[in-house]
Amino acid sequence: MSLFSFFKRNTSAPVARERLQVLLAHERTIVGGAESDLVAILREEIMAVIAKHMAVPQDNVQIKMDRGASVSTLEVDIEIPTSIAAGMRPAA
Amino acid sequence: MAKVLVVTSGKGGVGKTTSTAALGAALAQSGQKVAVIDFDVGLRNLDLIMGAERRVVFDLINVIKGDAKLEQALIRDKRVETLSLLPASQTRDKDNLTEEGVERVINGLREKFDWIICDSPAGIERGATLAMRHADVAVVVTNPEVSSIRDSDRIIGLLDSKTEKAEKGEQVEKHLLLTRYDNARAQRGEILKVEDVLEILSIPLLAIIPESTEVLRSSNLGAPVTLGSPNSAPARAYLDAVRKLQGETVVEVQKQRGLFSKLFSRRAA
Repeated sequence: MSLFSFFKRNTSAPVARERLQVLLAHERTIVGGAESDLVAILREEIMAVIAKHMAVPQDNVQIKMDRGASVSTLEVDIEIPTSIAAGMRPAA
Repeated sequence: MAKVLVVTSGKGGVGKTTSTAALGAALAQSGQKVAVIDFDVGLRNLDLIMGAERRVVFDLINVIKGDAKLEQALIRDKRVETLSLLPASQTRDKDNLTEEGVERVINGLREKFDWIICDSPAGIERGATLAMRHADVAVVVTNPEVSSIRDSDRIIGLLDSKTEKAEKGEQVEKHLLLTRYDNARAQRGEILKVEDVLEILSIPLLAIIPESTEVLRSSNLGAPVTLGSPNSAPARAYLDAVRKLQGETVVEVQKQRGLFSKLFSRRAA
């Protein structure tokens, strides 16, 4: 064991802090709270609309709601498989 | 106007009941009329921590079902006369804890007391949501430990969405109570620091309750720590917390102990 690792051995708190920050940023958008009900409904309806026009796997659709002090955002991220994208033409 | 305060955490064993007893007693010691209610139906413990376990005749469920009047169920503390306890039922009839029943009890208590302190059960089930339902103020009890912080975050989400205030578009006033905090270990990077917890949960700090043997000693004796050991570090932290809850600005004195006192005193609390 090097001298460096001897001093670093007990500082697990920064790891805890980072793990929590990542985890909670994710959980705040998917569980608990009034937003989560709304996000679930939006997700379902957006999926239904997309399904009418193309087959996109469920996992390719990410819906996130962030509540800020002055502005809240709804982020919809749809990843389109290349097989479908090839057949798509931009609207004239 | 009576204030309804919920002591909540999500996670069990972090100090909700201890804190309810200590805050309730401290508020009552300052002359306020205080009722503490145990919402942990089936696993009541507030009576034991307050040293009133042998005086329980009627409980919250009895009042809700109409078997007893509120006045009959309230247990007056023998040490502080403005402090009363409404115990939980020890039988498992949780279904009797209804939303209307709880509302009736809280409204009844609002007429007689200045503070109504609801001791929430662990978890996010009905007992916990009903304990926070009517709250004006919430004290979120957290240990500097990952699972406790995660659960507190979840509870904060519920306070912002499932309470009566939230549904009216208002906010429950939220405070963080960091319990079992060992400053020396935090400085060595072994446990999360106050600043880390505050940054992650982003609610204002009410008080830091240091890890102390006095807390267990008081609960062994059936006394809230503010009564059983009023000069101990945790009791002083709870007393500061209560002054803050009453709207006073409390200047926190960070006592740095010198080398001399470190060498010649073995215990911090």
